Amino acid sequence: MTQPDRGFVSLRDVHKTFGAHKVINGISLDVAKGETICIIGPSGSGKSTLIRCINALVPVDRGSIHLDGIEVNTPKLDKLALRRRVGIVFQQYNLFPHKTALENIMMAPITVLKQDRAEVEARARALLKKVRLAGKEGAYPGELSGGQQQRVAIARSLAMRPDVMLFDEVTAALDPETKKDVLTTIQDLARDGMTCLVVTHEMGFAREVSNRVYFTEGGLIVEHAPPAEFFSNPQDPRTREFLSQVL
Amino acid sequence: MLRFSDAFAPSAVRVTSRAALAVSALVFVGSSAMAAAGSAHDSVLTILIRWAPLLLSGFLFNLLISVLSMAVGTLAGIPLGMMQLSSLRPLARLGYYLTQFFRNAPWLVLLFICVMLLPFEFRVAGLRIPFPDWVKAVVGFSLPAMANVSEILRGAVLSVPTGQWESAESLGFNRRQTMFQIILPQCIKRMLPPWMNLYSLITMSTVTASVVGVSEMLTMTAQVHAAEGSRPELLAPLYSFAMLCFFVYAYPIGKWTEYLERKYQVKD
Repeated sequence: MTQPDRGFVSLRDVHKTFGAHKVINGISLDVAKGETICIIGPSGSGKSTLIRCINALVPVDRGSIHLDGIEVNTPKLDKLALRRRVGIVFQQYNLFPHKTALENIMMAPITVLKQDRAEVEARARALLKKVRLAGKEGAYPGELSGGQQQRVAIARSLAMRPDVMLFDEVTAALDPETKKDVLTTIQDLARDGMTCLVVTHEMGFAREVSNRVYFTEGGLIVEHAPPAEFFSNPQDPRTREFLSQVL
Repeated sequence: MLRFSDAFAPSAVRVTSRAALAVSALVFVGSSAMAAAGSAHDSVLTILIRWAPLLLSGFLFNLLISVLSMAVGTLAGIPLGMMQLSSLRPLARLGYYLTQFFRNAPWLVLLFICVMLLPFEFRVAGLRIPFPDWVKAVVGFSLPAMANVSEILRGAVLSVPTGQWESAESLGFNRRQTMFQIILPQCIKRMLPPWMNLYSLITMSTVTASVVGVSEMLTMTAQVHAAEGSRPELLAPLYSFAMLCFFVYAYPIGKWTEYLERKYQVKD
C-alpha cells in the first residue's frame, strides 16, 4: 500500500469529538490530484464528519488537513479561498427552494465571486446540460425528482469551478432508478479528472469508479486498498464482516 | 405540484362562512325582535339605521388603529427579530430581552402606560405636533405587535432547515448574504399565517382603547346606548351589531390564514 508523498488533499492524524463522543480518532489519508476515493463503513463511523472537516464546515480538534497547500486547521484560514476550491454535495440536496434550477447554480458565482451575470448564466446552462438536465432551467426544486435535484446540486457546486468535490452519501435518499443517473454524473466527473472524495454505501460504484477504497470504523481507517484488491481480498476481519453484510 | 388544499379550500371557506354569518345574523335579528316587542319606542332597526353611520365611523377608527399598529409593529418587529438572531451576543441578548419584555406584558397595561405617560403634544423647534389619544393607542398596540413580530421572525428563521445554512456556507456565502438571499426569502411564506393571526388579535383588542377614551366603536356604542335612554333591551342589539362588524371583518381573514397555512405547510 504505497501512497504519494504528499497528496493534493492530505489529512494527518485528524481528531474530532462531539462532547464526550469521539467521532474521528486519528485519521490520515492522501488523495492525489485527479484521483477518486470512496469512503465506506458502517453508520456512525465518522464518514460524514470526516468529509465536512475538509471544507471546514466542521472544525477539527487536532491534526492537519491540507488542500493543495492550504492548511485548513488554522484560525487564520481564509474560508472563502478554501471553499472556492472545494465543492460539497449533501445527502439531502439542500437546494434553495425559492430559486429555479438555473438560479440555484448561478447564485454563488454571482454573489460570492462577483462574476459577470451573462457569463455565469452561460456556464450554468452548460452545467445543466452536462448533468443531463437541459430543459429544466426554470424548474423549482420542488418540481424535480430527488435524483434531478441532486444533479442540480452537483452542477451548483461545479459552478464555483472547484478542484476537489466531496460527496456525502449523495444517493442514500434516492430511489434505485434515480440513483443511477446521479452515480453516472459523478462517474463522468471522475473520468474528466476531478478529484473526488465520495462517502457512499454503493459498493458497485466504489468498485467501478474509485482508485482507492477506504473502510472506516469507530473513527479510524481500518483498511484501504485499490478496489480490486479491497473487495477480493480484504485483510482486516472487520472489513470482511462489513463486506459480508453489504455485498 | 397540485395540492389537495388548493382545490378544496375556497369552496370550504365559502360554505362555512355563510353558515357562520347566518348564525350571527340570527342572534342579531332575534335580539332586535326581542327588544322591539311590546315597546312604544322607536324600533331597534330604526335606531340602528339612525346610528349606523356613527357606529361604523367608530369601527373604521378601530380598523385604522389596527392597521397602523400592525404597520408600526411590523416595521419595528423585523429589526428586533434580526437583533435576536445577531451573531453579536450582546445585541442578540438585548433583542431577546426587549422581545420577552413586551411579549409578556398585558396589552391593556401597555396601552394605559402609553396613554398616561406620553405627552399630548411634542414641540420641535417651536412647532407643535399634537399627539392625540388615538395616536398614543397606536403606540400602545404597536409594542406588543412588535414583540410578537420579532418572535414570529425568529421562529421562521429557525424553522429553515440547517442544511440551507450548510450548503450556503459551503458555497462561500457569508452570514449576511445567507440571511438576506437564502434564509429570509424563505421566511416570508412561513411568517404570513402567524402574522395575519396576530393582526386579527390586534384588531380585536383595539376596542380596549375605549377604556382610555378613544372614540372607537365600543365607545360609540356606549354613547349611542346612553343617547337612546340607556334602555336595557337595546344592549343586546347594539353590542351584537358591534360584534357582527368585527366578525364580518375578521372571519374572512381567519379563513384566509387557515388556507395559507395549509398552502405553505412546511414539508419536512
